[in-house]
Amino acid sequence: MKQYTNVLDRPLSKGKQEVSLSGFAFLFSELVQYNQTQVDNIAELERRLEDAGYAVGTRILELLCHREKGNRRETRLLGILSFVHSTVWKVLFGKVADSLEKGTEHEDEYMISEKELLVNRFISIPKDMGAFNCGAFVAGIVRGVLDNAGFPAVVSAHFVPMEGQQRPRTTILIKFAEEVLQREARLG
Amino acid sequence: MAPVAPRSGDAIFASVERVNAELFTLTYGAIVRQLLTDLEEVEEVNKQLDQMGYNIGVRLVDEFLAKSNVSRCVDFKETAEVIAKVGFKMFLGVTASVSNWDAEGTTCSIILEDNPLVDFVELPDTCQGLYYCNVLSGVIRGALEMVSMKTEVTWLRDMLRGDDAFELQVKLLKQVPEEYPYKDDE
Repeated sequence: MKQYTNVLDRPLSKGKQEVSLSGFAFLFSELVQYNQTQVDNIAELERRLEDAGYAVGTRILELLCHREKGNRRETRLLGILSFVHSTVWKVLFGKVADSLEKGTEHEDEYMISEKELLVNRFISIPKDMGAFNCGAFVAGIVRGVLDNAGFPAVVSAHFVPMEGQQRPRTTILIKFAEEVLQREARLG
Repeated sequence: MAPVAPRSGDAIFASVERVNAELFTLTYGAIVRQLLTDLEEVEEVNKQLDQMGYNIGVRLVDEFLAKSNVSRCVDFKETAEVIAKVGFKMFLGVTASVSNWDAEGTTCSIILEDNPLVDFVELPDTCQGLYYCNVLSGVIRGALEMVSMKTEVTWLRDMLRGDDAFELQVKLLKQVPEEYPYKDDE
């Protein structure tokens, strides 16, 4: 294999390489377990998982902008949301997200829902951890993508119990910063 | 009933659910970064990665044995071959090769040319002592310990440090016979 002195000179892979789901699940479980030893409460744990996801989000945005979109930048809200919901989800999880909705109560809220998040597939939350959701990692990824694309937002993951389904569905709640909405309004 | 033939690494990999390697790569990168921020000492990070790998290996070997239908390996040579050809393929989607056997057949090298953990990675000057893929050495050590082999796994070559491949040296320390949790006469 040719050695490149600078990692930036190496050709970019097509992104078709795969690893087993169980390999990823083992790695993710170690990430969660390690963080559990470093914190005292659930909020801290969620924050740390989110921070880990943020790093992933930053890099996946750069990678995808270069590879999939020919370095075109999204400037509209719906544009970036649909990028996250379709392109990012497709690359990371193999499918587009189940749904993208606008919040009814607040102008600045949007929700991406997924019946079963890939990262939560093999995770069960003990009762004493309350509303903790490992989807905080995915919320971090979304926040990383949005932040670095110029759409700062607060992103969180929530379980939403569904009628007739045993496992609740996961909703990623995105609350955009004031400046994003103002800019969007100005763009018309 | 005839014993089920062991499945090849490619066949198993094709049958398990797979995820994008980039998600895997970036998640591993996030883990290493978190460890570097928390622990600061590169040696500590190496140890922690090895420990994480050990925890993974201990659980991974169950899935490996269940999915691959390999029969009991006759000797350490076969074990190493199985790890390289079936194990790596099944979980990481890449095949490794085995070489550099010593005279007694207890030490060998597993060589990886393609490694999904290190895509997009460059080691900065401040982390030159870091074994970025140390989780792999822990996985092998943990998995083999569960099948009664105590081993020592060290890195000989590391592409992030300028070598041309990843080379892991696996040394069999001893075979621990299976201990039964109860005595026969009780």
